[in-house]
Formats: sequence, structure tokens, C-alpha cells
Amino acid sequence: MSLVFDVALAAGLVALALHVVLTRDGKGAIIAFIGFGLLLGIGWARLASVDVALTEAAIGGGLTGMLLLRTQAHLAGRGVRPAQTGHPSWRLAAAGCTIVTLGLGYVVLAFPSPAPSLAREVAGSLDATGLGNPVTAVLLAFRAIDTLLEKIVIILALIGVWSLASDPNWGGSSHLRPASVPEPLVFLARMLPPFGVVIAVYQVWVGADLPGGTFQAGTILAAMWLLVMLAGLRPAPETRAAGLRMMLAAGPALFLLIGFLGFLIAGGFLAYPEAVAKPLIVAIEVALTLSVAATLGLLVAGPPDKEPAR
Amino acid sequence: MSALALTSASLFGLCGAALVGIGLFCILTHPELLRRLVGFNILGAGIFLVFGAVARRGAALGFGGDPVPQAMVITGIVVAFAATALAAALLRRLFDLTGRASLETGQAELRPRSEP
Amino acid sequence: MTPATYSATPGGFLLVLAVMLPAAAMLTMLVSRPRHARTIALATMVFGLAVAFWIGAELMRSGTALIYLVGNWQPPLGIALRADGLSLMMLAVTALVITGTGLFAHRLFGLDATTCDGRVATSFWMLLMGLWSGLNLVFVSQDLFNLYVALELLTFAAVPLVCLDGRGETVAAALRYLMFALLGSLLYLLGAGLLYGTYGTLDIRLIASASEHGPAVHLALALMIPGLLAKAALFPFHLWLPPAHAGAPAAASTVLSALVVKAPIFLILRLVLDIAPPEAAAFAGQALAVLGAGSILFCSVMALRQARLKLMIAYSTVAQIGYLFIVFPLAAGGDGVPPWGTIAWTGGALQLTSHALAKAAMFMAAGIVAEAIGHDRIRDLGGFGRVLPLSAATFGLAGLSLMGIPPSGGFIAKCLLLTAAVIEDHYWLAFTILAGGLLAGAYVFRVMNRALATPAVPLVLRQPIPLGLELIPLALAVMAVALGFLPLEPFGLLQIGRPDAIPVVAP
Repeated sequence: MSLVFDVALAAGLVALALHVVLTRDGKGAIIAFIGFGLLLGIGWARLASVDVALTEAAIGGGLTGMLLLRTQAHLAGRGVRPAQTGHPSWRLAAAGCTIVTLGLGYVVLAFPSPAPSLAREVAGSLDATGLGNPVTAVLLAFRAIDTLLEKIVIILALIGVWSLASDPNWGGSSHLRPASVPEPLVFLARMLPPFGVVIAVYQVWVGADLPGGTFQAGTILAAMWLLVMLAGLRPAPETRAAGLRMMLAAGPALFLLIGFLGFLIAGGFLAYPEAVAKPLIVAIEVALTLSVAATLGLLVAGPPDKEPAR
Repeated sequence: MSALALTSASLFGLCGAALVGIGLFCILTHPELLRRLVGFNILGAGIFLVFGAVARRGAALGFGGDPVPQAMVITGIVVAFAATALAAALLRRLFDLTGRASLETGQAELRPRSEP
Repeated sequence: MTPATYSATPGGFLLVLAVMLPAAAMLTMLVSRPRHARTIALATMVFGLAVAFWIGAELMRSGTALIYLVGNWQPPLGIALRADGLSLMMLAVTALVITGTGLFAHRLFGLDATTCDGRVATSFWMLLMGLWSGLNLVFVSQDLFNLYVALELLTFAAVPLVCLDGRGETVAAALRYLMFALLGSLLYLLGAGLLYGTYGTLDIRLIASASEHGPAVHLALALMIPGLLAKAALFPFHLWLPPAHAGAPAAASTVLSALVVKAPIFLILRLVLDIAPPEAAAFAGQALAVLGAGSILFCSVMALRQARLKLMIAYSTVAQIGYLFIVFPLAAGGDGVPPWGTIAWTGGALQLTSHALAKAAMFMAAGIVAEAIGHDRIRDLGGFGRVLPLSAATFGLAGLSLMGIPPSGGFIAKCLLLTAAVIEDHYWLAFTILAGGLLAGAYVFRVMNRALATPAVPLVLRQPIPLGLELIPLALAVMAVALGFLPLEPFGLLQIGRPDAIPVVAP
């Protein structure tokens, strides 16, 4: 029975992806892509990976969808010419892509059995971190350097986005509020954030031991913040504001500091002494959550397009 | 690990393979940059599903899957989002400056647009 | 009890510093006032150079690769950092070119007091630091997924640098670059996923030590190498590079052309040398050499046909990168000589170093010309050597390395590659090296000819150029020439830490 469900889910994903690629309706394609993201979230749950399912639904479906819709509205709102259709070499491309898919399919079916896995190693070292959620342990202990650098990556992307502002707008704020705000949006923006914040706090809290954690919580907070700004309840902050900059940098900076502290107290970069591993990791997660929320929210907001106040 | 879970892992792996092909095709052939950007996200989703299949196959000791590739996917999704945001900002900027939303059109169509 | 895959070495923590110092500098800039950004950058450059020097000293002292286990977790669970002779060379060149670029940018931005704390300068400093962190990570990481993060760090730093001036055409160039770079990263990531599915690890040393190779390895390499080629801009994937590198501000073009394209090449080398099964490595080597030869010939001709100086230099980058790919079959070794013991290996490493220095110098000189005269149309640059003699000299000295004329690092590099090609009976590669040298001579001479010409109307400088600004590229060009005094033999430093294999412990 569950296999039938999985087959239907996979078929739905492929069908939606094809629709996204082939439809002529630009906005429809993006709405279909959001549906695709939510369906994919269910797929991840079926793959017994609730952490990824939460991330995919929040970022893949939610924030990416919001970003793409805003971009589409921006392009369509001022009459972009419909691009000429039909690429001369599409047959060649289609053949190439089919070959890649077939090759991948073959390799996926030919993976060695029993499957190699680090589950055993993770389980064996989990106690040293004091955590109960193996994915959090991988992200913040075993492969912490990936996670730390990934924070640097998203901040760098944000600096890149800001650098696209025109010179007078550098340091200013983004204009998010549309010309007319629909009443239901304002209602949602008043109602949802308290719940969102509670869910986010809960996710960080349980993330150490149960599915959830800093990314998922940060994404939810970012979405709530964007909702408030879109509804015009609060203006977007100026990107030069010291408080905002502090919030962006605090998470990765604390992560980096604790990493260097490891040299002194645990004999290595990003090593935690076993006795205080869990409190240290939870502290990093809390600081990261706020930074992630601010970074992701500002990435959706885009380059500043209003001059900073004198 | 049950045969059913193995089958389901392979199924999603194959789905990932199909999504990779679809995403690649979109990136290579679609005339609109925004749609190509969506194509990148479909390609990414396919790749992450291949990781997911690998993770699911590695289920052991009561873990539903190998947590290492799962963690990699979480990192990957966040990085992919940042890439999409940067590309979208570039695309909007290109459109504001030149009125184009594709890279295919010739130089002749470059026309300055006023800042909003 | 099997021996541990890695044992940490003294001085391994330096690798952490090399990666994390620039990242920390970027975070500090984010919360500091704009006018402090350049101070932080210059301070980081001092530390970065010191760290690179210290790594070199440790490596020379111990004669083995430096290894660090992040968080004390042994791979496959954790991530190892490792620097051998080749990594050291890359770290050192990177530190040198970034420092040169930093000094250059500091002076160049300083010319205009109204904008030196503005959008362009502030973004530049933060992006440069992110770029440095990413480059260093590419050169020291042993984990293929960690390397993916490093590649993305590079992409996100490099792409915005391209369009800092905010013109429509550079934004288009940046967007095209981003498309190529993202596609490359994703293909690389897909390959990494397949390798994990096969081996249950992404540690390069552990994958290399596996005895059985399934079909997944071949498909993974067939995805990863083309993906990285798209980032390295090897012919025919080079279309994005010339507009991007030529459109970027001078200080940014310098790091993009001298360093950023080298990172994916370094990774290709590691994949082919350390992971690919022998027959796959031989096939990949041949294919890469064909594309490399195509790059040299096609893009040298394209460089010759460019009307704008910066575009010419950018096409020259693609051509010079080609030389790095013809190393693969030439350094294949045989007769008991490992690849890193061949003259082609040393030639390739020297080509990489001398090109980085020469190209950085050349882009800076071109930037000075464009800044002083107001355009970079080669035809209308007649007599620029009379008004900017130092920059013209820089251009000429750097040109020696590109052409392969003694004395220069490029000469030694091309001479070693040519010798290797003749010894190994690869005459078509020998022909390509010679033809590439002649074509480079033609495009460098074309510019020098204009520099020394006497125009009917003398060129007028739009603004005076301080001496200090012109001296920085000159210093880099002199270093590229100085490499030419190295002896013509395999270089011992490059063999430190090779091969990258699990140590065998005697019972």
C-alpha cells in the first residue's frame, strides 16, 4: 500500500516538474514549482528524513517560491517581451539529458548492497556530543566546518545581492510593501507571527534531540518577518543599520569563536569538551537561528532600493 | 532493513534521476532566464533525492537513514536557496538596466531603462 | 586493528587559520564602519602571508604533508585538511596575488575620496576576503562535499565582483557566469552523491584506497570533470569568461583571472590523480589534453582579434589555462616515475604560478591604462608607453611569461612541457605549445607596438597616476620573470606529501 503511495508521489513529482518546464504561463510555472516543493517535502518524509522534509518544505517550497514569485511579478509588471520559443538544438539537449537520466538510473539501481553507511559511526560517537538528533550532531559536530562555512556562504551571497544596489541606495532599505496590500494579508501578518515564533523556538529547543533545528527555525522566522514587511506593518530595515549587521554576523561569529575556543579547551578547532558539548552546541544553534532568519529574509528582500535616511 | 524500504529508496532515486534530466533540459534550452532558474532548482531537487536514496539505503541501528547524507542535503538546500536569491537579484537588475530578461537577445536590443 | 586514515601533524592548525582568518575578517567588516574595511583587509593580508610562509616552513622542515583533523573527528565521520607541496604552492601564490591586489585596490579606490568608502569599495573588500577563504579551502580540504561548499564560496564571491560597476553589460556577464558556475557546482555535487552511495565516504584518501570501482565512479567522474571544466572555462566552455573578466573592475579581474579559475583546475587534478581508476585517468588525460590544445590555439587567435585590451587579456587567460590541461598525458609517468616526479608536473606547476603572477600584473596594468586614459581600445592607445612607461614595461615583462621567452617563469614552464612532449612522442602537443607561443608573441607585440608608437595627437592623461600604484603590478611582473631563474629540473617541493595514501604501519 505504502509503495503505491510512493509511486504516485514520484510520478506526481515528475509530472509537476515537466509541467514547470513546458508550460508557457510564467506565473503558473512558479506556482506549480511551489506545489512541487511541498510534494517533495512529503517525499522526504517518506524517505524517513523528517529534518530534510521540514527544510525542503520551508525553503524549497516556501522561501524559494516567494522569491521567484516576487521576481516574476517584477519582470511581468513592466511588460517583459515574451522570449522567442524553440531552441535550435533542443533535440540534442533532450537526447543528452535522457542519457544522463538513464545513466543515473542505472547507477542508482546498481549501488552496492549492503549499502555503505556511516550510521554506525554516527551512533557510536553520538554520546560524545550529548545530542539525540543524529543529523544535528553531523551538522554541528562531526561536519561542523561545513555548516560554519555555509553560514559564511549565505552571508557572502547577501553581500553580493546588496552590491547590486545603485550607488545612492547603498546602505538603504528594500521596498517590499506592494502598492495595495490585500486585507487578508494584513490579517495573516497580524495573526501568524506569534505562532511562527513559538514554532521556531520549539524547533530550536527540540532540534538537539528530535527532528528540527536551526535552519528550519530560522526559515520560519524569516518567513514571518517577510510577511510582516510585505503587509506593510513594519518597514524593511536599512541595510547599513548597526543592529542588523550585528544580528547577521553574531551567529557565525559565535560559531567561529567557540571553534577557536576549542583549541584551548578541547585540543582542536571546532572540538567540544564532552561535558559541555551540548550546551555549547545549543548556544551556537540559538545564535545561528537569528542570523539565518535575518540573512534568508534579506536575501528574499533583495538589493536595497531606497536611499538611506540622511 | 526491509526490502520495501530498499524498493522505496530506489524509487525515489529513479525519481531523482528523472528530475535531474528535466532540470538539465530546462537549463539548457529554456529561453527565459527565470524559468532556467526554476530549472536549476529542479535539478537541485533531483540531486538531493539521489542523496536521499543513498541515505535511506544506509538505514541502520534504528536510524531511518544515514544521517551524513541527510545533513549534506540540508546544507545543500540552504546553499541552493542563496544561489537562487543571487541569480534572481541579478536578473531583476539586468531587467531594470536593459529591459531584457534573457541572455539570448542580441546586443542591438540593449536599451537603457531608467531606474525605478 | 587497521591504521588510522590520518594522523594529525604538528602545524596542522595553520590550515584552519588559512581558511578561517579571511572569513573572520569578512564578518568583522560586516559590523565595522566602511572606512575600516580596507584596514582590516590589509591586516588580514599580513597575517595571511605569514600563515602561508609558516606552512611552507613546516612543510620544508618535516618533509611530509601537514594534516589537521577538524574537531578531532577522524574521516569518514569527520573532515581532514591536508596541505602537500602543490597545495603549499597554491596557498602561497594566492596569498601573494591577493596581497598585491589588495594594495593595488587600496591605492586605486583611494584616488577618489568621495567613493572610497562607498558601495564598490566596501563590497569589494568583503567579497575579496570570502574569495580568499574559499580558495584556501579548495587547496587544503580532503572531503568532496566540503570542497563543494568551497566551490560555492568562490562562486558567490566571484560573481558579484564581475558586475561591481553596475552597467547592464557587466550584469549580463555576471549572470552568464553564475549560470555556468551553478551548473558546474551542481554536476559536481551529483557526482559526489554517487561516490558517497558507492563508498560511504567522501574523503579523497578513503575513496582512493577502495579496491573495487563500480560503474558509479565512471559516471561520477563524467559529471564532475565537465562540471569543473565549465567553471575553469576550458574551451569550449569558455564563452562566459572573456566578458566577465574584461568587464570586472581592474582589481577584481586580477583575482578572477589569476586565481579563481585555477581552483576548479586544482580539483580536476585531484580527481584524475587521486580518485580515478588508472584507465579512466588515462582516458580523461587524453580528452583534457585535446581540449587544452583547442583552448591554446583557438583562444590565442581570438585574443589576437580583440579590439579592447582587457578582452584580449581575458582571451589570453583561456589560452594559458589550456597549457595546464596538456600536462595530464605528459605527466602520466611510466618507467617507475610517478606523475609528480616528471618534468611535465614541474612545468605545469610553474605555468600555473607564473601565469597567476603575470596575468595579475597584466590586468592591473590594463586597469591603470583604462583609468588614466579613459578607455582601453587598443587602436587608440598609440604612445601609451610614453605617458605610462612603468605600466607599459609591466605589460612587456608579464608578456614574456605568456609567450615563453627567457628569462621568465613562463619560459621554464613551456620549455619543460615542450621537452616532455618531445620525449613522450606527443608531437602534436609540441606543435601546439610552439604555435601558442608564437600567437602569444603576436598579441603581446601588437600592444607593445602601440605602446611605443608616436601618435599624431599625443595621449593626454585623464588623471595623474601615482607612482605607488604603477609599482605594484611591476613587482608582480618582476616576480614572474624571476621564476625564470629556477633550475630546469623536477622540483622537490612539489613531491612533498605525494602520493596521498593511507600510511602503511609496520607491525
